[in-house]
Amino acid sequence: MALVGYLIISLASLIYVGRADLSKKVYAATGALCGFIFMTSVWPRGAEILTIELPLGVPWIGMHLRIDQLSTFFLAVINLVSAAASVYAIGYGAHERHPMRILPFFPLFIAAMNLVVLADDAFTFLWAWELMSVFSWALVLTHDYATENRFAAYVYLLMASFGSLMLLMAFGLLGGADGTYQFSSIRGASRDEWKAGVALILVIFGVGSKAGLVPMHIWLPLTDPAAPSHVAALMSGVMKKVAIYGFIRIVFDLLGPPAYWWSIEPITLGAVSALVGVLFAIIQDELKKVLAYGTIENIGIIFIALGLSLAFKANGLTAAAALSFTAALLHILNHALFKASLFFGAGAMITATGERTIERLGGLIKLMPKTAILFLIASLAIAALPPLNGFVSEWLLLQGILLTPALPQWGLRLLAPVAGIVFALRAALGAACYVRVYGISFLGRARSKSAEHAREVDDWSLGAMLGLLIVCISIGLVPGLMIDAISPVTESLVGGRLPAQHFSQWLTIAPITEVRSSYNGFLVALFVVISGLTAYWIVHRLWPRPVRYAPAWDCGYVDPTPLSQYSASSFAQPIRRALGGVAYTAVEHLDMPKPGDVRVAKFGVEIKDRAMIYLYGPICAAVLAASNRLNGFNYLKIQEYLAVVFAALILLLLVVAI
Amino acid sequence: MSFLLDLLRQGIQWVLVLALAPILIGVIRKVKARLLRRQGASILQPWRDIIRLFRKEVVIADNASWIYRFAPYIIFAMTWVAASLVPTFAAGLIFSWSADLIVIASLLGGARFFLALAGMDIGTSFGGIGSSREVMFGSLAEPALIMIVFIVSLVAGSTQLTEIASFMLSNTELRVSIGFALIALVIVVIAENGRIPVDNPATHLELTMVHEAMILEYSGRHLAIIELASALKLLLYISIIACVFFPWGLAPHDASLSEMGRGVFFYIMKLSLSGFLLALFETSIAKMRVFVVPEFLGGALILGLLGTLLVFATRSL
Repeated sequence: MALVGYLIISLASLIYVGRADLSKKVYAATGALCGFIFMTSVWPRGAEILTIELPLGVPWIGMHLRIDQLSTFFLAVINLVSAAASVYAIGYGAHERHPMRILPFFPLFIAAMNLVVLADDAFTFLWAWELMSVFSWALVLTHDYATENRFAAYVYLLMASFGSLMLLMAFGLLGGADGTYQFSSIRGASRDEWKAGVALILVIFGVGSKAGLVPMHIWLPLTDPAAPSHVAALMSGVMKKVAIYGFIRIVFDLLGPPAYWWSIEPITLGAVSALVGVLFAIIQDELKKVLAYGTIENIGIIFIALGLSLAFKANGLTAAAALSFTAALLHILNHALFKASLFFGAGAMITATGERTIERLGGLIKLMPKTAILFLIASLAIAALPPLNGFVSEWLLLQGILLTPALPQWGLRLLAPVAGIVFALRAALGAACYVRVYGISFLGRARSKSAEHAREVDDWSLGAMLGLLIVCISIGLVPGLMIDAISPVTESLVGGRLPAQHFSQWLTIAPITEVRSSYNGFLVALFVVISGLTAYWIVHRLWPRPVRYAPAWDCGYVDPTPLSQYSASSFAQPIRRALGGVAYTAVEHLDMPKPGDVRVAKFGVEIKDRAMIYLYGPICAAVLAASNRLNGFNYLKIQEYLAVVFAALILLLLVVAI
Repeated sequence: MSFLLDLLRQGIQWVLVLALAPILIGVIRKVKARLLRRQGASILQPWRDIIRLFRKEVVIADNASWIYRFAPYIIFAMTWVAASLVPTFAAGLIFSWSADLIVIASLLGGARFFLALAGMDIGTSFGGIGSSREVMFGSLAEPALIMIVFIVSLVAGSTQLTEIASFMLSNTELRVSIGFALIALVIVVIAENGRIPVDNPATHLELTMVHEAMILEYSGRHLAIIELASALKLLLYISIIACVFFPWGLAPHDASLSEMGRGVFFYIMKLSLSGFLLALFETSIAKMRVFVVPEFLGGALILGLLGTLLVFATRSL
């Protein structure tokens, strides 16, 4: 099995410590293996479902693995992006000062993610889930000399344990008829709606803490900057998607026919995450934090789509359910692609300049022209602009929201437009966010010495970005083929699919009927190119005056310092003032000396996350208070310990007896 | 043969919107001048200005990148495509199915993306101030536009402009939600096109300018192309209003020459009337502070949401 391959690579990296070029070889081998698994997963093999039972794991239960349509889709997503990350790391990893902190864990992390989507019983699933958490935790700790990285890893571990606990309880509720936890028997068991509903809520908390749903999002903006860029790309682009796989697998597959009210929680949490994520993203100065909050936003969108799909499915509106589900799957793929390439770009900028905040960059488009173009394409894709792929999935989701008046339940019909307005708000804010990132870091003039001396990164890094972006562009131009390719997954889980798209005229996509809505990415792109070239040709033909270069005009004098440019925080200030209050409290401090005083004036903004203030603050305070009280138990005599143990035993026996 | 004819009709639309856009600006300026008891320039003056700009030399700042040089063409192309996909004089043109109202809104979003980038490329403070304000306005105006799309397409059962227009023609009863959508759309039009009271296209005062600040460093043919694009954008928005709320006189997709002539006539009448109303509105109101604009646009957003909720609540309002 290919998973063993990952293990071998990891062990080999341990054995060959210190060899020259070790990291290149490890990454190349990992990349090749990912590529191989990707190829086998997209290879057409009909609708057959493979199941394997291995005599490993828990005695007498064994380890059940299964590959169905959903697993195939996720295998493809995981391994495509992981292959790109490995290729990227061949170049990027060369700058790593402690390669042995990454090399053994990197292939194992990928293997654990693969194992999650293959698992076919609750034990294997939870075990793989934990492995995924632990290996990624080890990767977050790569640069453990920095205090904030250690803190990030600590918070991450706490949230991951919370998530696993929730999933454990959920599976406890779901156990099959005779107490077995194989997915097939969970699927077959009959359970009442309320029990399933409670399990669903637990699953959302469990999965949400891994996927980064608000309010379980606090670890994400800490870990992504802490981890090396190719790891962050995997954690943000892929691991969150594996968490969503958990949600889809349990809720759409194992729980049985949904009730309409199940959809309320994913839609609400999704909408809150989308809005809070983007509002935080737009004010961050650190590029990787922008991307991390952007991930929260996109996870929110995917949950809105999945929630809508549940609502439609519960009401028997199969076509609409298939539409929303397709939108969710497509967005999972799209986001994995462009978020990974953005992280690659962020890594390239860190390699080239050594700066982590965009506040000290500027003018990189001239020093790193190739990275600049690739990063621009990725930004356009994530800003959901036509004709790229991000737009397609968001367009499909909007079409899904437009079908919600067909729902019979009032609550859902009032929730859907609110989700719609949140969705629309975040689409525009997302575009603003990437204008800011791109404009501040690549355009303008260099804001620091290190940005002045940046140079282009190696070809491996560029190649990895390019590869993912080519997929992005192709999905954007001919989305119909991709929709057809994922329709077996939709069919297996919501019982319906979108009409086959590849028959329609010129590969136009029409999710319901052509009269209702249609979109042709290829034609729109073609028109834009034709119109642009026509304008360019006519203008240059008729008025071919040469261009003259001159210093920039800044109100009658030549601007002496790049400091007078708009900075990242000043760019975000209007939006922060107009909308930011939804997600955080911002306090501005202004220290302005009196006239005649020669002190330097100071200005600062303090941002506080409302989730931190209202949720985690009280919890931490309570835990601290409780542990202070219980501290006395550390200093008991042996007799007293025995008494405590005895009392606990009696208490437990009483509980069991009752 | 019929395919070629269809292509020809689409081509006419493509050229027509471009030709009319600066004239619409000319009409607005003329009416404003007359309302201020001035003679005013000819309605062809914007075209003359644009052609004069085309002839002038292009001066570019030393540190400009390729974004700065190509952004005008990208902005122009995206706006032009969006404008030629809106039914203006005839519905159901050959490529009308390739993009619905959401795509048109997003194409404009793409144009805004590049315009804001171009404003930040030189690295002077004016460009930054303009881009920053533009994206703030945009991040409220775009969702308002999407909510309007929601209302209209929920009522008409389609996001295709051609279908919406034919639905509106056959169902003439008044609906509260459609009224909300119209008011919200007018607010969006004013904000997105930088008209008074949100922005003043005739000023160069750093406290107030938004659009002009972003393009301050542009000159010659680049400036001309951007001016043309912003004229097209205004025309596009007014065409959407005309097509969705007042679709009378739209020619069918297989129209004969006389029917098409009638369609063009109706379209020009609608444009002139809306130009007149816009000028009337602009002369009777004062420019507002930048931080009041979010409230103004928030009004559009709330109207959009209320309208959508109404449509969700009852099919008849």
